[in-house]
Amino acid sequence: MAERNPEAAASGKTGASVVIIGGGVTGLSAGWWLARSGVDVLVLDKGIVGWEASGRNGGGATHAYSPFFMEEQRLWPQMDELLGYPTEYQRHRIRVALDDAQMERFNRIAAIADGQGFKCDYLDRKNLAELVPLVGDNAVGGLFCHYGGHANPQRTTQAYAWALEDHGGRILQHATVTGITVKAGKVCEVVTDRGRFGCEILVIAAGPQTGLLAAMLGAELPLAPARVEMIVTEPVPLMRYGGVDGNGLYGRQTLRGNLAYGGGPHEWIEIDGMQTPPRVTTSLLRHLGRRLAEMFPKAAHVRIIRSWGGIVENTPDGRPVIDRLQDPSNAVLATMSSVGFGLSPATGRVIMELVRDGGCSFANLTPISLARFRGLPADWRERLGWIPVPMTMPAAADAAR
Amino acid sequence: MAPYLDPKSVAGKIPVAEMHVPLIVVGAGSAGLAAALEAARAGVKTMLVDENPVAGALMGLDVPLHFGQRMNAAVQNKERLVERLVDSNPGLAEAFELGIEVQLGTYAWGAFLNGPTVRTLQKPMLGLADEDRSWMVSFEHLIVAAGARDLGLSFAGWEKPGVMGVAGAMALIRRYKAFDGRRLVILGSGAPALEMALAALEGGLTVAALVEIEASVRGPADLREKLARHGVPLMTRHAISQARGATEVASAVLVRLDDAGAPIPSSEVEIACDSIVTAIGLVPNVELLDVLGCRLHFRSELGGYVPVIDDAGRTTQGCVRAIGDCAGVFEAKVLHPELAVAEGRRAGLAAAAELGAVGADAATALRQAIPSSDFDSPAAIHPYWQEWLRIEIAVGGWEVHVCQCEDVSRGDLVELRPPSYLKWGSSQMRGRTLKTLAQDGPVNQDQVKRLTRAGMGPCQGRRCREQVQMLLASATGVPVDQIPLASYRAPIRPLPLSVLWPHEETEAMREHWDIWFGIPTQFTPHWEMDPVSPAVPGAKQPSTPSGK
Repeated sequence: MAERNPEAAASGKTGASVVIIGGGVTGLSAGWWLARSGVDVLVLDKGIVGWEASGRNGGGATHAYSPFFMEEQRLWPQMDELLGYPTEYQRHRIRVALDDAQMERFNRIAAIADGQGFKCDYLDRKNLAELVPLVGDNAVGGLFCHYGGHANPQRTTQAYAWALEDHGGRILQHATVTGITVKAGKVCEVVTDRGRFGCEILVIAAGPQTGLLAAMLGAELPLAPARVEMIVTEPVPLMRYGGVDGNGLYGRQTLRGNLAYGGGPHEWIEIDGMQTPPRVTTSLLRHLGRRLAEMFPKAAHVRIIRSWGGIVENTPDGRPVIDRLQDPSNAVLATMSSVGFGLSPATGRVIMELVRDGGCSFANLTPISLARFRGLPADWRERLGWIPVPMTMPAAADAAR
Repeated sequence: MAPYLDPKSVAGKIPVAEMHVPLIVVGAGSAGLAAALEAARAGVKTMLVDENPVAGALMGLDVPLHFGQRMNAAVQNKERLVERLVDSNPGLAEAFELGIEVQLGTYAWGAFLNGPTVRTLQKPMLGLADEDRSWMVSFEHLIVAAGARDLGLSFAGWEKPGVMGVAGAMALIRRYKAFDGRRLVILGSGAPALEMALAALEGGLTVAALVEIEASVRGPADLREKLARHGVPLMTRHAISQARGATEVASAVLVRLDDAGAPIPSSEVEIACDSIVTAIGLVPNVELLDVLGCRLHFRSELGGYVPVIDDAGRTTQGCVRAIGDCAGVFEAKVLHPELAVAEGRRAGLAAAAELGAVGADAATALRQAIPSSDFDSPAAIHPYWQEWLRIEIAVGGWEVHVCQCEDVSRGDLVELRPPSYLKWGSSQMRGRTLKTLAQDGPVNQDQVKRLTRAGMGPCQGRRCREQVQMLLASATGVPVDQIPLASYRAPIRPLPLSVLWPHEETEAMREHWDIWFGIPTQFTPHWEMDPVSPAVPGAKQPSTPSGK
């Protein structure tokens, strides 16, 4: 294990060959891949690593439609060992359908994986009940995927951060970016409220704020932020496979036994600065609870112990952008458009290659390039209806002094 | 023209509340009752909600107080307990007479306001539930009088039935008359401990010992004398080394301390008892206030994190007020209920004025007429709590569990060990501790929770939060006020899916429910991904074709 020197991040040594803005799962994975290939890397975060959507999601790692699916499937089973810290990765995925429309949707997704050589089995109600004891008679059937899986997002993001440091990379938390200095067509320095950090290459992977940071470079990256919610129950006895979802929910049973699920409607919001917006939850948790009890009727008595909210961002077509800019030529932008966690082992490697080689050796990045948004109307959010609802209730004023 | 809104978004989908009330008061203790009565007398239509009597099943989880499994079968008969509560509280009878909508045995599990990231609520809403179902009530003003809960203190055997907190024990003895113990050892000697001892004696119970780490009893002289007259042994300069007993508490082993607070070897004494009550402190119940986004600050003299309020209890969320112990708890407030009553009356009047039931000037005059009691300003309490914890670590070591729900020991916490069921051992992981985490930035309790699971169980840290906070402070060498509050989220009472779920959903919620955002092009296979962005109406072809 390489010597870590946290003091250097805070004071003495400033700058690095590669500076990454954003200590979420994408930025941390990129930093880890770079550090383990010997690159001097510094990750800046305005708060704590993995503190936002990266640590607040369902933990799924089954994304058959993605150009990084093969790499996702190849890497996850190795991640515990590669990182040296636990990710709680578990193989396989079971989908529970409560009606034919849900089954049809699963079959469509299964066909996408099938075409890439990943198989799944159809489960009738009886097979399903054997594998998932919490389902009831209302299930029509399901799928058992011989691929995919899930991990613990909170443990995994911290694992990336620590492994990155073990390879000599540095992380500076609680540093908010206030500017980026460009000279002669190249980024040369990132300015934060905790000092200036020189770099040869800059990676921006800052979640909802990626667009604001890209704008500092004159690049237009269309992003709309939204708030989403999840619930978690008290632990129940472990099922043979924790990666069970369906009925419009994503999520898993954790290795501790908790049922952690999300899904359903999101709320579009505005973000106009670098501060983290409040990640509150609403009475939507009741509706999530209902969906969960419908999927697992035998868990209807189980108690919800917590809910949580996260802020995610989406591009107009909901697909990622991982791209190296033409001008300035030494900057890479990365947003996973609200689906970042599971693909992170792969996306980190993509970003490393973009930084190091200017291209990706194992996936076609053209469909996720920034160029596809050229000519996008300025009012695209209004056209899609991806806007905050007009105020119906005045926001509570800051009254006490 | 109304803007077009994404049909998959939450806009218009949250059902309206079942009922609307101008003013809701949560908590029918001294403060809450006074607030509700004052507002109702001024003519405000008021709802008063209190979770007592709490269901036996929740008590079994040590929610909302640390009951230590010492409730008898009486707690299973909710109707009888309701009668008992009403009979023992003349204020409740007045509330009924004034037409206040009194809802007992009703949990307030969440409260929701619009804000920077929520705009879909038509009105502020409070989530309520009983044992069978949940419902929403909307309000103009909310007064939170949620009281205080127990400060947990870990020692060997503290997970055994019979170990409880002072608030839990007081509730069982005084409020429910359902206490299933005979012989008590009480830890601490401040006002809550002395009141507890007297309540136990009044109830015909035996107080086997009062245990205090300091050289003398802390509480007020008149209470001390009363206790002395009863001949209660006052074990000063003692700490507890363990709760003994096969399946539940059968005795407490105490250890004598020297003048520096160090345990004296071979000084153990064993005291037979069936209950051990931790009474070294009370913690303001700020969970609902935190969920609402009211600004909280750390005030050790008020018991820890408390809401920022004005002189009529108004929080930074203008329509929410906080009164009574949840706004700050200290010795004088424990001993003098009139303090909480005055806070309640002021808040009730202020809310009535804002609702237009009383003129603003009249309300101010009335408020000023409420006598303000003059007590010495309270002193910081955490140094005393931290000393207890330091001594208990010296006595019991690092393997004692601090988080009971998740089996996290003090050592697991400071060594940042992953939970044992992961069976994870790696040299890298062993190199990581709270100290190394602190080198990466200020330690945050929520971050440590994710790694160790301390505070992540069904009780959501009710028994361990403050201990974890103090351990984080001592392990990383920072003052305790520098450790941020571990966040609270709804539901603040652990309720079953079948209770919390809505029995009716809006058609739009059902019809447009999607697993994720419902963006048509988000999950198309990558080989079919069109380089043109097709989702946006009116979007043009890109000027550069793709280089596929």
